[in-house]
Amino acid sequence: MMKLLYTLLTLFLYLNSLGQIKEYNFQEFEPLLHKQTDSIYVVNFWATWCSPCVAELPSFEKLNQNFKNQKVKVLLVSLDFPKHKESRLIPFVKKNNLQSEVIFLNDVNANAWINKVDPNWSGAIPFTVIYNAEQRKYYERSFNYEELIKETYLFLTHRTKQ
Amino acid sequence: MKRAFIITIGLLFTLSTFAQTGYKVGDMARGFELKNIDSEMFSLRQFKSAKGYVIIFTCNHCRYAKAYEDRIIAIDQKYKKLGYPVVAVNPNDSTIEPDDSYSKMIERATEKGFTFPYLLDADQSVFKRFGATKTPHVFVMSRGDEGLKIEYIGTIDDNYADASEVKVKYLENALDALLAGEKPDPNFTKAIGCSIKYKKD
Repeated sequence: MMKLLYTLLTLFLYLNSLGQIKEYNFQEFEPLLHKQTDSIYVVNFWATWCSPCVAELPSFEKLNQNFKNQKVKVLLVSLDFPKHKESRLIPFVKKNNLQSEVIFLNDVNANAWINKVDPNWSGAIPFTVIYNAEQRKYYERSFNYEELIKETYLFLTHRTKQ
Repeated sequence: MKRAFIITIGLLFTLSTFAQTGYKVGDMARGFELKNIDSEMFSLRQFKSAKGYVIIFTCNHCRYAKAYEDRIIAIDQKYKKLGYPVVAVNPNDSTIEPDDSYSKMIERATEKGFTFPYLLDADQSVFKRFGATKTPHVFVMSRGDEGLKIEYIGTIDDNYADASEVKVKYLENALDALLAGEKPDPNFTKAIGCSIKYKKD
């Protein structure tokens, strides 16, 4: 009986966690910008109410879907307001059925960490970092799908040469 | 091959030079004249006794900008009488961001009771000259015999989400330093903001 309850509880927690979005402060988040694996990471800073960010999300989703087998991983880093995580961010991710990994960066003292992402970043979103173990590039701009795969492809070809 | 390399490096250098345009702290700046929400052209010279100006590129639609509206009003009320009035400039193209149209600016300023000029950078030349990249983006200028000088660029404080949790008031500290005859320290900070909406050439 206890075992059954335990199993049900685990299952419940698991199902519950599906709708959750992991929250980080910058210190916890920073390692995600420096993973040393054979994957290519496409890290996009965005917010649900930022219209150019939302406009380019489908391109990132498409990239994540179409380049899965090439080990391209898209990470969508939300900079929504902390008070809007439950009321806006989670519903937005559900409603748009986002398949890329979404995390919430809750660190409102941005002056302390913007330069640690990229000293040339002014702080404007949308902002994107593409990196792998060998190289990285920063983009303070919006993307359409073609521009995004072109940039990602440069990383793929670079990797093949290694 | 070598030639192509040199051309590429040259091109990259040119591109990065373009990317670096805009004022830096210590630069002398030109003033500007833009249309205010009262339909009149507003020039910085209209603040006759100003010791300097707090130029804030801001707008209607951006949540980060909205989160700072009350704080900007409070800063204007505190520092205008000390000689540093706020001048707000909306740099966005309303054909891209309809919420930042001239009429919406009037609505928002009325609703919030803005105590400062709220100007439209209609041809988007002023934000480019300053090198503003986002809203909100602050440039403090002092006014001396030699003209206008950029003294501080950056953020208002260290908490965009919650005014009651602010620990460091970067902008007010910079203004207090200037009023005390000192240089702001830090004189350059950063904040997360909304990219400025303009048509790419």
